[in-house]
Amino acid sequence: MSSPKLPPAFAQGGAPTGAPTRITQGSKTKGGIGESTLRPDGILKVTGEFAYSSDMWHEDMLWGQILRSTVAHAEILSIDTAEALATPGVYAVMTYDDLPAEVKHYGLEIQDTPVLAHGRVRHHGEPVAIVAADHPETARRAAAKIKVEYRELPVITDEASATAPDAILLHEGRTDHHVGHVPHPNIVHRQPIVRGDAEQAAARADFVVKGEYHFGMQDQAFLGPESGLAVPEEDGGVHLYIATQWLHSDLRQIAPVLGLPEDKVRMTLAGVGGAFGGREDLSMQIHACLLALRTGKPVKIVYNRFESFFGHVHRHPAKLYYEHGATKDGKLTHVKCRIVLDGGAYASASPAVVGNAASLGVGPYVVDDVDIEAVALYTNNPPCGAMRGFGAVQACFAYEAQMDRLADAVGMDRVEFRQLNAMSQGTVMPTGQPVDSPAPVAELLRRVKAMPMPPERQWESSEGADVRQLPGGLSNTTHGEGVVRGVGYAVGIKNVGFSEGFDDYSTARVRVEVVAGEPVATVHTAMAEVGQGGVTVHAQIARTELGVARVTIHPADTQVGSAGSTSASRQTYVTGGAVKNACELVREKVLDIGRRRFGSYHPAWASAELLLEGGKVVTDGGEVLADLVDVLEDEAVEVEREWRHRPTEPFDLRTGQGNGHVQYSFAAHRAVVEVDTELGLVKVIELACAQDVGKALNPLSVVGQIQGGTTQGLGIAVMEEIVVDPVTAKVRNPSFTDYLIPTILDTPVIPVDVLELADDHAPYGLRGIGEAPTLSSTPAVLAAIRNATGLELNRTPVRPEHLTGTA
Amino acid sequence: MDFLRPASWEEALAAKAEHPTAVPIAGGTDVMVEINFDHRRPEYLLDLNRVGELHEWEAGEDSVRLGASVPYAKIMEHLRAELPGLALASHTVASPQIRNRGGVGGNLGTASPAGDAHPALLAAGAEVEAESAARGARRIPIDDFYTGVKRNALAPDELIRAVHVKKADGPQQYSKVGTRNAMVIAVCAFGLALHPETRTVRTGIGSAAPTPVRARAAEEFLNAALQEGGFWDNGKVITPSVAKQFAQLCSAACNPIDDVRGTAGYRRHAVGVMARRTLTWTWESYRGARNASKGAA
Repeated sequence: MSSPKLPPAFAQGGAPTGAPTRITQGSKTKGGIGESTLRPDGILKVTGEFAYSSDMWHEDMLWGQILRSTVAHAEILSIDTAEALATPGVYAVMTYDDLPAEVKHYGLEIQDTPVLAHGRVRHHGEPVAIVAADHPETARRAAAKIKVEYRELPVITDEASATAPDAILLHEGRTDHHVGHVPHPNIVHRQPIVRGDAEQAAARADFVVKGEYHFGMQDQAFLGPESGLAVPEEDGGVHLYIATQWLHSDLRQIAPVLGLPEDKVRMTLAGVGGAFGGREDLSMQIHACLLALRTGKPVKIVYNRFESFFGHVHRHPAKLYYEHGATKDGKLTHVKCRIVLDGGAYASASPAVVGNAASLGVGPYVVDDVDIEAVALYTNNPPCGAMRGFGAVQACFAYEAQMDRLADAVGMDRVEFRQLNAMSQGTVMPTGQPVDSPAPVAELLRRVKAMPMPPERQWESSEGADVRQLPGGLSNTTHGEGVVRGVGYAVGIKNVGFSEGFDDYSTARVRVEVVAGEPVATVHTAMAEVGQGGVTVHAQIARTELGVARVTIHPADTQVGSAGSTSASRQTYVTGGAVKNACELVREKVLDIGRRRFGSYHPAWASAELLLEGGKVVTDGGEVLADLVDVLEDEAVEVEREWRHRPTEPFDLRTGQGNGHVQYSFAAHRAVVEVDTELGLVKVIELACAQDVGKALNPLSVVGQIQGGTTQGLGIAVMEEIVVDPVTAKVRNPSFTDYLIPTILDTPVIPVDVLELADDHAPYGLRGIGEAPTLSSTPAVLAAIRNATGLELNRTPVRPEHLTGTA
Repeated sequence: MDFLRPASWEEALAAKAEHPTAVPIAGGTDVMVEINFDHRRPEYLLDLNRVGELHEWEAGEDSVRLGASVPYAKIMEHLRAELPGLALASHTVASPQIRNRGGVGGNLGTASPAGDAHPALLAAGAEVEAESAARGARRIPIDDFYTGVKRNALAPDELIRAVHVKKADGPQQYSKVGTRNAMVIAVCAFGLALHPETRTVRTGIGSAAPTPVRARAAEEFLNAALQEGGFWDNGKVITPSVAKQFAQLCSAACNPIDDVRGTAGYRRHAVGVMARRTLTWTWESYRGARNASKGAA
């Protein structure tokens, strides 16, 4: 693909490092980038009018229901579907034996997940059979009538049981490309990163701190449970309306199992109620399509909350072992660490999570001598995969705890110690990759520390204690007794985009034409809008690049090329970049038409410095040459193009060296908490954040993302955890009654300081932003609780029993 | 599942007599959760929402007769003076939406140890008005009401019509521990009521034993200590050693379990802390009122 010929003002890389990119084209067009234009679906969502995937309805449709395993690890001796099939209203019951194609497994990277269990179940809640009936209750009852005979097997729940010499193999006969380099077949992937000589450097250390940390299993807890509608089509294919994060990735996994070519599986994005990584893997997609093709009728499947806890992967729980050293003047000497992630029964995104945890394992610091190892296990615990922060979250929790302890050992202020060791542009990562765009780590810490502190004892009022301001809130547990304030800091580093050599591209189709006397741009991508605000930003980019007021965002579907995943903080960068690129190509074509039609009327047409502004062709001096309407007449200009960011490389399997990442994203937090030290209850008073976003395309969205990410990090700090029974490997709290997420009373004031230092390699200098705030929020809250209580607290979430010695 | 919709209390009693397995439903806070989770599939649901009188309350000379379906939001709004402990407990129930629907009758019917109203009802001293078509109405003292885990003293043909709660004759407090600052099921809870008229103290503990319980030994200890020291009359500050022993005895009254919401050890500990704090708050309030009335005189 040839790059568009652009006047110098449009070219990337022209702006001086560290300054916002100068943008000429579109700077006078209203509703362009840099403005806080409102979400098109915002009011609908707030008023309850928005149609989510679970709201879909089709005449004559059936309801699908999945029967799931009641045990974590067992051989399936028999499945008897006779009684279920005989239930009036039931149209189909399917098991593994009914799968129509040779391909019966799927997976994001490793196709190890059976569509329906075959002879064995490997985790609690694994799909065993599916039912379609004319009423959801009929389907549910019929599923309950399927008799499955299990012979239970010992459960593998941790590293020791997974790698024991006599351990049962979760996946015998592995053929994936990791099996050759893992130390045990129950390890999905192992990534060492070795740089310098950590052993030798340790000898120079005046202070060494060692720690062991435990990170709990977090759920994405998106509010719209998994759901979709599969409609059989006359050509023998199927049309799936689905809430997902990546239509084309789903398509690639669905079609082979249905025995259909990809062009016979059409997909349209349905209303997505949040994702956070939990919709990267398939859930009910294949099941709905199978039942629709089997019955010849539309089939809808909607999980309830209980099933949703079993229906998607979670954030990997982790055990992390760290050793840090420093000289007495506070310079880091070395870091050694070992990160053990529990991937659960199937691979999902585990290999990539391992790569992130390893390559970002020391955090945003300068250390020349590192020795890192990250592994992901196969166990009988719930499968774990993508969630906001993706491997970097677990590491940040541990290395930031270590940095506090090391600062204390050296006798330095914790923030100054971090600033002294902070990376900056030019720092070489443990992978050997130089950081070649701004990395304002010390500055973010300075900013977050400089914010005014929230006043003390805000609960005191003339009418006594305001319990809403106190730990325990409305539960009225303290009127100030036992309450101690603590402050903590943390900073983190997250990669943006898909790494390790992945061909991470997006496609955009942009069209401009005159509709009802007005120039209108249409942007068509397959980008999944999951709440991140891509639909808003795409319209802003089109306005900026094409100088039109009206932009139509076409529904996302597979009638256009892949937009990649809405994850890894990548969509504004990559699909935004694709939209920008397609718009630039359209603009060139429009100007060509203009030159052809009107070039002879004005010498300025020959100049390359023409802009589209306010529906007109103008010179960069502001002189109007023509109306866009007159240039286009009844011609439509359309371009569809793939767009790629800079390529990356895989990490060396032995040393971890390689330019594996595209871009880095940094955020710092200061947490102020008040802890009822007697009852072990925590109130987070404030979580201040400073983040470099490169360029805020939509400042309101940016702040919203930062506040949301910060809150999700708070959740894992003090309440969110899927509890898995260590004896049975069964989930103990699959409901919002016992899996707690922060309410508005738990959510503190979140002041946000947005820094905009352009990354010259990225469109508009922007930086992916969605995940970084989730990293540093958790360790900042933990640090603040440690500060208030004096306790060590090496696990998250912190529960009242950990703060009161009653665990 | 059959859905029975009686239009009056008499029809409701008749329906319950005819179908003793029918599960009464008003706000649906507990019943709908159980049905949604498939924990139970009752043959009959007995919808009490058309029985208007269940939504009414009446404040008498000594006690309040609280209809079984009076929602928590109304208790918070209208009965704060008469039933301060129950009003505080109502504040901690779930979310505003649920507080608009749920009532004390449901808490009593389910008789879960985690029901938020129980400790307040135990501390205040309440009687449950139950009725059957066959035998008419009877009043069950709250102390005899909870008979086991999620079991109560109702006969299969009985419905809860109202609960009679003594009007507060002294300060009352209620605390609940949850691992979130709102909308949370109790890890454990504690209710305390001072009864200056009888010079007694009553307690209630939630979620720390198979049933809601009173800490009787703690009450007896405190009653004796207050009596011996002449505290009711002299209004002195309760000595820390008395408060501490009271807290320890409240902890000792617990018989908790380890579960996904908390450890047994934590529950015992937290009940002690809540006992000490609520005793301090109620006693300071009692002293304040006493000193204020003396000042006025």
